[in-house]
This record gives sequence, structure tokens and C-alpha cells, in this order.
Amino acid sequence: MAFLHGATRTHSGPRSGIKSRSITPYLLLAPGMIWLITFFIIPIFSLASTSTMVRPEGAQIGTYVQELRFQNYVDAFVANQEQYVRSFVYAGIATLLALAIAFPLAYTIAFKAGKYRNVLLVLVVAPFFTSFLLRTVAWTQILGDDGPIVSTLKLLPFFDDSLRLTATPFAVVSGLTYNFLPFMTLPLYASLERIDPRTLEAAGDLYANGFTTFKKVTVPLAMPGIVAGTLLTFIPAAGDYINATLLGNPSTKMIGNVIESRFFAVVDYPTAAALSFTLMATILIVVTLYIRKSGTDELV
Amino acid sequence: MTTLSAPPMPSFTHRASRWISRNLIRIYAGVAFVYLFIPVAYTFAFSFNDSGKSNLVWQGFTLDNWKNPCGAPQVCSAVANSIQIGVLSTVIATILGTMIAFALGRHKFRGRTSTNLLIFLPMATPEVVLGASLLAMFLNLGVNPGFWTIVISHVMFCISFVVVTVKARIASLDPRLEQAAMDLYANEKDTFRYVTLPLVMPGIAGAALLAFSLSFDDFIITNFNSGIETTFPKFVYVSAARGIPAEANVIGSAMFFIALFIVVIGQVVARQRKKS
Repeated sequence: MAFLHGATRTHSGPRSGIKSRSITPYLLLAPGMIWLITFFIIPIFSLASTSTMVRPEGAQIGTYVQELRFQNYVDAFVANQEQYVRSFVYAGIATLLALAIAFPLAYTIAFKAGKYRNVLLVLVVAPFFTSFLLRTVAWTQILGDDGPIVSTLKLLPFFDDSLRLTATPFAVVSGLTYNFLPFMTLPLYASLERIDPRTLEAAGDLYANGFTTFKKVTVPLAMPGIVAGTLLTFIPAAGDYINATLLGNPSTKMIGNVIESRFFAVVDYPTAAALSFTLMATILIVVTLYIRKSGTDELV
Repeated sequence: MTTLSAPPMPSFTHRASRWISRNLIRIYAGVAFVYLFIPVAYTFAFSFNDSGKSNLVWQGFTLDNWKNPCGAPQVCSAVANSIQIGVLSTVIATILGTMIAFALGRHKFRGRTSTNLLIFLPMATPEVVLGASLLAMFLNLGVNPGFWTIVISHVMFCISFVVVTVKARIASLDPRLEQAAMDLYANEKDTFRYVTLPLVMPGIAGAALLAFSLSFDDFIITNFNSGIETTFPKFVYVSAARGIPAEANVIGSAMFFIALFIVVIGQVVARQRKKS
């Protein structure tokens, strides 16, 4: 269907890969774009509209009318600023930890794996194939009070019986780090793999030691991967609520938990919408600043 | 590496420390892999647990769960739902996404920047916002969430990933192959059908696999837009409090091996094609 117009002018078209201007690209784009506009863009406006609604006095639960009450945003933020800040702190720590774990991993696969490169790449993605939720539930049991780690640690003299790993900020951040690790590893690998090993050798020939080579050659060349990986980890981590629900306690709640419970448990759609909108706006601002600062515009 | 196998003791510690420092990064990567696979191994091990109702503590080895994975109530209906939703969403998202990828990779047109932005934005939006906004729209329209709203939402977030995957494949094609076809008097239609499409096919297949696994594994967006409809991740989440049944571990482990099998077969086929 890409070449409907080609049937009429069989062999006269341009020979480069790029076709000249015609109606074809718009026909190709239309169905997908209509889908995205209908089920992504319009819902965002719907969310914006819900966020300023008010429940009329005495109305049934879940009934809201539009009153353009922007105070909803202030109220929602003031009431939930703790969870809001916590989301970004947890997501930030998890992103840094994931970078620290994934960089050597990606480096090994790119430069040290030899013929096992593809096997190792498959292994990085493989944990994905077991459901995300099953793996998180597995962590709750591994780190749980009766789990192998806590029982072993309790045998050591430094820990008393009150030791717990689940229901702590530690567990939530580890869960976030774990779940988004492949998102960090794959883009890092993609950009490290493009580095010609000879550039690293050249740095060594010019008397750069291992650390200097790493800092002045490897990291700058891997920058697109670092940016893509940190974004792919930070964005979903900031909005996640599964890890905080399964591995945390009431005092580790993140903004995703609040949005979810406002929608379902409290049926307070305007607050949930205002919080979602604020979260999206904050993330877009952080992402834009970050991309500007790191100087890479190629993301898609 | 016990002391018995290393008679020249003085040099052993020296050699060992040299080996460690030389292979430090490999050891580190090894530890990272262990970390990645701990919960997978745990899930697999507990699929053999003779657990009865609650699968929290090890109670003995059994094959019963594997013989009858539908033994626990609702597990299989949830999986069947997830597969149906996954297949439908994958087919629609792969077709729509591939068309967009060809438009972006093979055509000049006005509005390229906004198209790219519209592809990028859903990937840069947290799932909770995607889910909440779609539900807000359905509620405002008075639509009851259920099977079809899940499919709609999955297609929406899968399209972008399909576009990115297929576009990368199109960009990596050697344009000279298509030029050669045209030099040999193939028209554009035939060039597309017999040269371009087969070359892009691995990318499309990869995109479809990715879309299916994203759809099958999605929880947050599904939870917002599913109403009373159950999917496999939703089933796991709901039963997590009581301890999920071992049958769910069987399904999770089976998915793992099936997917691994498909990937390995894909790699082998690709390698043989390259050889011939």
C-alpha cells in the first residue's frame, strides 16, 4: 500500500530511498496518528478538564461539574507534597543505582563478551519474560520477614530480631532499581557498542591511564546511551506505584499510589487528575532541561 | 580454587589478586546477572512448591502445578484474556506503527517534527498518567471500561515502540539494494514487495514481539481501564496479598521459557540466513 502511486509511473520515480512529496505519507500516517490523537491527546485534555471540576453540594459520589477551579491544583499539591517529593527522590536514587549497575554490565557485553555478546544480550532481556508483577512479588518473599535473606542476617551478631527489609524505603528503591535495569542496560549497550575499541587504545597510547580514558573518551561517547537510559528508568520509576505498594509501607507511598487511590478508593477524580497533570508537567520539564544540558537531541 | 590445587602458595595469592583485578568488570557483570535472575529463579523454584492455597513458604516438591496449571480458580481465564488482548493489540499496533515507520523512513512530508513528537510523548509519559487520562475520558463519555477499553489503551502505548523499532530497521537498510532492484526494472510496487518488505520483516517481527510482551505484562494502564475484566498481571496483583497460587508461577515460568525459545530460534534463523 505504500506504493499505490507507483503503479502509474512505473520506473520514473526517484532512485534514492526517500520518495518525493505526495499524498502517500499522509495515508500511511493517518490511522496511527488518529489513534494516538483520539486515545492519547484528547484524554490528556479530558484529564485537564477533569482537574478543575468540583463536586456540587449534595451530589452523588463520582459526579462532578466543571467550575474551572484551579485551586484544585494547589490543594492537591499541598495535601500530597510529601509523596510528590518522595517519588522524585526514590526515582532519582533508583536511576543512579541502575546506572552504576548497568554501565559495567553493558561495558562487559560490548567489549569483553566476544562471541557470547548476543547470548548475554538475550539474558539481559530475558527476566522481562517472567511477568513484572511476579518478579516483584518474588522480591517481597525473598526480602520478606521469613525469607532467606532476613533469616540469614539475623544469625549475625550485628542485627537484632526487629530487622526488616520489606516495608522499608530500601526495599522500594531496590525494587525500582531492579525493575527498570534492562531499560538502562540496553541503550547503554547500544551506544557503547558503536565505540571503536581503537579509540580507547589510542587514548592508552597517548599515555591516558584507565580512569582518564574512561572519563575523557568512553563516557562522552556513551552519552546518548546514558541520557536515553536514565530517562527510560527515571520516567516510569517516578510514576510507579507497584513497587511502593508491594515492597513498601504507608510511609513510603509515592505519587502513583495517591493518584490510584484518589481514582478508585476515594473516587476523587479532580484531585487525581490535577496530580497526574502536575506529575506529567514536572517530568516533561525535567526531561527537557536534562536533554538540553546533556546536549543530545536524538532520542527517537 | 582450594589450597590443595595450588601448591606454590606464595604466588597463589598474587596470581589470584591479579586475576581478580584483571577480570573485575567481568565479575561485576556476573554479579549483576545473578541479581537480574534471582526473582526469576525464585518464581521457577516455587512453581514446584506443594503449597496448597498459599505459596509463601516452601512445603515440598511436586509436579502437580505443572500438570494442572489451571488448578487455581481464575488463573487460566485471566491468562486467556491476556493472550486475546495481547494478540489483538499486537496486530493493530504493529500494522499502524509499521505504516508510520515507513512514512517517516521513506517519505518526505510536512509535519515530520510534530509526528515525531506525537510518537515520543506517550513514551515520555508515566503509565499512571496515560491510564488516568484515558479513564477520565471514558468516564466523561460515559463508557464502561472492559475488554475493548484495555485493547484500545494497549494499542495506544504499543504504537510508539513499534514505530521506533521498525524505523531503526528501515534506517539501517542499504538503499543500494532497492536501487539495484529498480535498475533491474522492478517497479516500485515489486521493489517494495520483494526487496524492501522482506528486509524490514525482522524489524517488524521484533516490534510485534515487543508489543505483545508489553501488552501481556502491562498492569498500571490496564488497572485503570479494565473495569471488572481480569488480566494475568491484574490477577497476580490482586492475589499478592494472600500469596499468589503456585499455578501463577507455572504460567510465569512457562512464558519465560516460551519467549526465550522464540528469541533463540529467531537468532538461529537469522544466522543461517546470513550464511546462505
